Amino acid sequence: MSTTRATDEDRPDRSAVRTLLRLWPYVRPVRVRLFSAAFVAVLASCTGLVIPLVLKWMVDGPVADRDPAGVWLGALYLLLLGLAEALLFGLRRWLVARPLAGVEAAMRADLYRHLQRLPVAFHDRWASGQLLSRGTTDLMLLRMFLAFPLTFLLVNGVTILVGVIIMLLQDWTLGLVILGPAIPVIVTCVVFEKRYADVARRAQDQVGDLTTVVEESVLGIRIIKGFGRHRSQARAFREMSRTLRGTELRKARLLAAIWGVIVTLPEVAIGAALVLGAVQVADGALSAGTLVAFLSTALALRWPVDSIGFLLAMSQEAATATERYFEVMDAEPEKESVGTSRVLKDTGLRFHGVRFRYPDAPSDSSPILEHIDLHIRPGESMALVGATGSGKTTLTALVPRLHEVTSGHITLDGQDIAAMSREELRSLVAVAFEEPTLFSAGVGENVLMGAKDEAGPEELRRALGVAQADFAHALPQGTDTQVGEQGHSLSGGQRQRLALARAVVGRPRFLVLDDPLSALDVHTEAAVEAALRDVLAETTALIVAHRPSTVLLADRVALLSGGRITAVGTHHELLRGNAEYAHLMSGTEEAAR
Amino acid sequence: MTAPAPTTTAPGEEQRPAGEPQPQGDPFDHDVLPTPPGATTALLRSLLAPMKARVAVTTLLLLIQQAAVQSGPLLVAYAIDTAVPAFRAHDNGPLIAVAVGYLLCAVASGALQYAFIIAAARVNQDVLLDLRGRIFRHAQALSIDFHERYTSGRLISRSTTDVESLRELLNEGLQELVTVVLSFVYISAMLLWLDLGLGAVAVASFVPLYLLVRMYQRRAGRVYRLRSTAIAGVIVKFVETMNGIRPVRAFRREAANDADFRVLNRRHERTNGDALLEMARYVVGSRLVANTAVAAIVLWGAYRVAGGSLALGVLAAAVLYLRRLYDPIDRLGMFLNSYQSAAASLEKIAGLLAQTPTVPEPSTPRQLPELESEHPGRGVVFDGVRFGYRTGGEVLPRFDLTIPAGQTVAVVGSTGAGKSTLAKLLARFYDPSDGRVLLDGVDLRELAVPELRRGVVMVTQEAFLFSGTVAENIAIGRPDATREDIERAAKAIGAHDFIGSLPDGYDTDVRKRGGRISAGQRQLVAFARALLADPAVLILDEATSSLDIPGERAVQRAMSTVLRGRTAVVIAHRLSTVEIADRVLVMEHGRIVEDGTPAELVAGTGRFADLHRAWRDSLA
Repeated sequence: MSTTRATDEDRPDRSAVRTLLRLWPYVRPVRVRLFSAAFVAVLASCTGLVIPLVLKWMVDGPVADRDPAGVWLGALYLLLLGLAEALLFGLRRWLVARPLAGVEAAMRADLYRHLQRLPVAFHDRWASGQLLSRGTTDLMLLRMFLAFPLTFLLVNGVTILVGVIIMLLQDWTLGLVILGPAIPVIVTCVVFEKRYADVARRAQDQVGDLTTVVEESVLGIRIIKGFGRHRSQARAFREMSRTLRGTELRKARLLAAIWGVIVTLPEVAIGAALVLGAVQVADGALSAGTLVAFLSTALALRWPVDSIGFLLAMSQEAATATERYFEVMDAEPEKESVGTSRVLKDTGLRFHGVRFRYPDAPSDSSPILEHIDLHIRPGESMALVGATGSGKTTLTALVPRLHEVTSGHITLDGQDIAAMSREELRSLVAVAFEEPTLFSAGVGENVLMGAKDEAGPEELRRALGVAQADFAHALPQGTDTQVGEQGHSLSGGQRQRLALARAVVGRPRFLVLDDPLSALDVHTEAAVEAALRDVLAETTALIVAHRPSTVLLADRVALLSGGRITAVGTHHELLRGNAEYAHLMSGTEEAAR
Repeated sequence: MTAPAPTTTAPGEEQRPAGEPQPQGDPFDHDVLPTPPGATTALLRSLLAPMKARVAVTTLLLLIQQAAVQSGPLLVAYAIDTAVPAFRAHDNGPLIAVAVGYLLCAVASGALQYAFIIAAARVNQDVLLDLRGRIFRHAQALSIDFHERYTSGRLISRSTTDVESLRELLNEGLQELVTVVLSFVYISAMLLWLDLGLGAVAVASFVPLYLLVRMYQRRAGRVYRLRSTAIAGVIVKFVETMNGIRPVRAFRREAANDADFRVLNRRHERTNGDALLEMARYVVGSRLVANTAVAAIVLWGAYRVAGGSLALGVLAAAVLYLRRLYDPIDRLGMFLNSYQSAAASLEKIAGLLAQTPTVPEPSTPRQLPELESEHPGRGVVFDGVRFGYRTGGEVLPRFDLTIPAGQTVAVVGSTGAGKSTLAKLLARFYDPSDGRVLLDGVDLRELAVPELRRGVVMVTQEAFLFSGTVAENIAIGRPDATREDIERAAKAIGAHDFIGSLPDGYDTDVRKRGGRISAGQRQLVAFARALLADPAVLILDEATSSLDIPGERAVQRAMSTVLRGRTAVVIAHRLSTVEIADRVLVMEHGRIVEDGTPAELVAGTGRFADLHRAWRDSLA
């Protein structure tokens, strides 16, 4: 969580309105509905304000005149106005319900689509939780903002204006008395709102920190248990949740103060108006009906006035949510290559003077990979060997362009991968990652992801066979068994074998395997190796290997050391001729550099 | 809020023997664990029980506050009917009383509102603090077998989103409800007191309102359940894509994912719209009833004032009360929403808390005996141990094994042979279903956690890093370790060089779960941690799978120097690890089929000899 906060300082201090205006492209398609809804809401609110006037008319007219027929008429007016108000409020909600759900969904779909196309380096920096909260809570906030604060800031503004005009028209002195507390209430709101926003933001961050502790305590449960650290973990959690409680209480105190003022001052003003009005009624300067209508109007304005505070707070939150949303949407997606397609007379997979540094690394740091020149001939498999942390995984990520080379180029059968579309490139290259990720889908589906659409059960059976993943057939629903977060849990070795099956199912021309057998036991490993040999015979492969047994799958070996390829040859050649390689493969001390 | 996290890495192969059929309808396949009847209510009661007094005070504050708020119209009636005529008769008393009364009410309602918000926040925050702590501690206390079956994402959402929905209910909902109920009661009472007839009409209008609320609750409940299922689907897809972005890219899943996501997102959009429309219907219905009631009451009241049987001030007050009476019905709808989602969440939490740890702490713990020799190792005995997973199938049929103090034992065997089970029983991640595991003669079940972890520490193949610095991650092994201790451990394991090359050395933040620290390097950190913990018995369960051979050698060196004299159980796929062992066990189907020194077994004709020959050949 804390990692993505790094950009906070350089975030420009934009006004909330400017930020919220960025929502326009999403609101545009539903603007007619939204505007009509606002209009309807204004109408409904004003209907509500007319009701006290009817009351006044009744009290001063038919009631004073003892005219029962007039009373009926007044009640009928009231009923009609009441029905109109109810239907208009319903109409407003009906007008925006589906369109706003649509806006929320459209923004979410855009976010998802965009995130899928952002560079892998972006995802390295951002915790998925941060992305998810943008796709869920933030968008929910925005929908609520469009549904309520946006409309009601307008509606309440108009209602208050109309209400105040009505009151002033009825009796301007009483009207001014009612208006009295407006200024202090607004000042209080503004002052506290700012402080409240700060504390609220802090509480949000603390919730985030707390969530991180929860997440890690679950994911690292075996370590916590293994070292008997659950008490200290619980202590850390308790401390953080106490801090959060403190912040929440501070928030409550601010809120209580705002409410205290908002409740007291208008009430005092209404009391003053009542007394003054009563004096005027006694003097005969004001009719009783006017006083009733006046107080009734004042009470009807209570909600619009009270609510402005929280409507502004919600708008502020919505502005923050918008900012968070566009923080991600403004990130540049990977550009499709437009480079000139340089086709060399060449075959196989070749690295030409490749140099790589992570895009977010300081430019003066030394590159992770430099002067990588390597040729894997068609049909050949090359093992990539290097010490822990030498950049093997990084090198393999360059082939399917999960990261872009900083300089130099990589060619497949003579074609520069930078000039190919990623779609095309990735259809040529299949990868099995060090960390085997399965998706929430059937086992079969997970494996067949690696193949073209026409691949069927036959292909699936073959791939499962190669990866020694036949256990899949014996799962509760066979290869239809759901796996992933919400499905059947599989062991590390089982997942690794399925990931391997996924890499080979499409019979790819180029295959990249990152330490594909690390979680397998000796017997399974031997069986996989035997089956994999046939697959490797017909593809061009790059295999990251730690063990002689894996290396022996390959025809030749490249040694990666200090970010460069320092030796290429067969396993036995290097074992004899290269001290570092011998050290890596046998661990013998005398052979060390 | 935070995401459900990525799938946990399952530990050993043995956990789910390949091909073993799973019983259908496993409760762990669903989001809600079976909750014992009444557990939800019991949980709520136990959370609120310690704060009875404060809840009472808070409620009292609200009661008085509402009384102050609702007395306004009464003063209006008094002003019109009594104070005005009195004033005309040059009696200022009643009008002054109205002024003072109104001022008092205004100040009291404001001050009480202030006090109430703070008191309520205290209660709410303490309930949440308690609940958060309970979930956290309980989840930590539950055994590994629970964690292996209950996905991490669900556990995380229990303590985040589910607590959050309860927080919303407590913060806004309950106060709403109490205010709504109180104002209903007060206002009805006032109306009845002002005029029995008018009051009766108002109270009668509660019947259709009640039916409306009931209907809404039923219909909205259904829609909300659908919506929460729909959003859960969206979240799972979202998180899974982001956590698996590399394979998503490499296998060109973007377009297919967009299509899948569109379906899920549409479903949510539709149910979301349904929920909003349901609310719209409720608002129309309740407003219609309320406004009709107002018209009816005003009609009757005005009729009677015109007829002279009702005072004008009473009618005015009644009208003012009526407008307030029906104000909170919209809010009642919102309360029902948050109540429904909180109730569902609370049920899930209660289901989690109802799980009992299968590996409980001892009530009367014993101490390990003093070490007899200068060797820090301790002896291990498996005495007639049997073990089977809850999902069925016995993994260890009946198992006897004695490991003398100081011995290094390597365990090899194929998938499902029971190697990891052996390790987990020794680390007391599980308890045997029968028999005992003894450490220097003491049953592991009788050892308190700190004592147990001085005795046994296990390093697994998944090398998870906690957020914080590298040094902090190593110090998990021994929290009071100095920087020198930490560096010494890292040096001994061969991790010092790579840590030194990180941007801030030992103070480098490991960021997003290990970030760009490679799998092998993470395993080295995990080892340094174990080295620092310095246990009497060290278990390595596939702990070198991502290390290269020199890395593995460094680990072995550390074991024969730093950890010299400790008892070690090493489970390895790699035969290179086996070389340093004093003794090798070959396991098959939960039984030991070969047992001897590496040299003896290599010289023999068993399976180990075959494996070893094949491995030597690969090096030649």
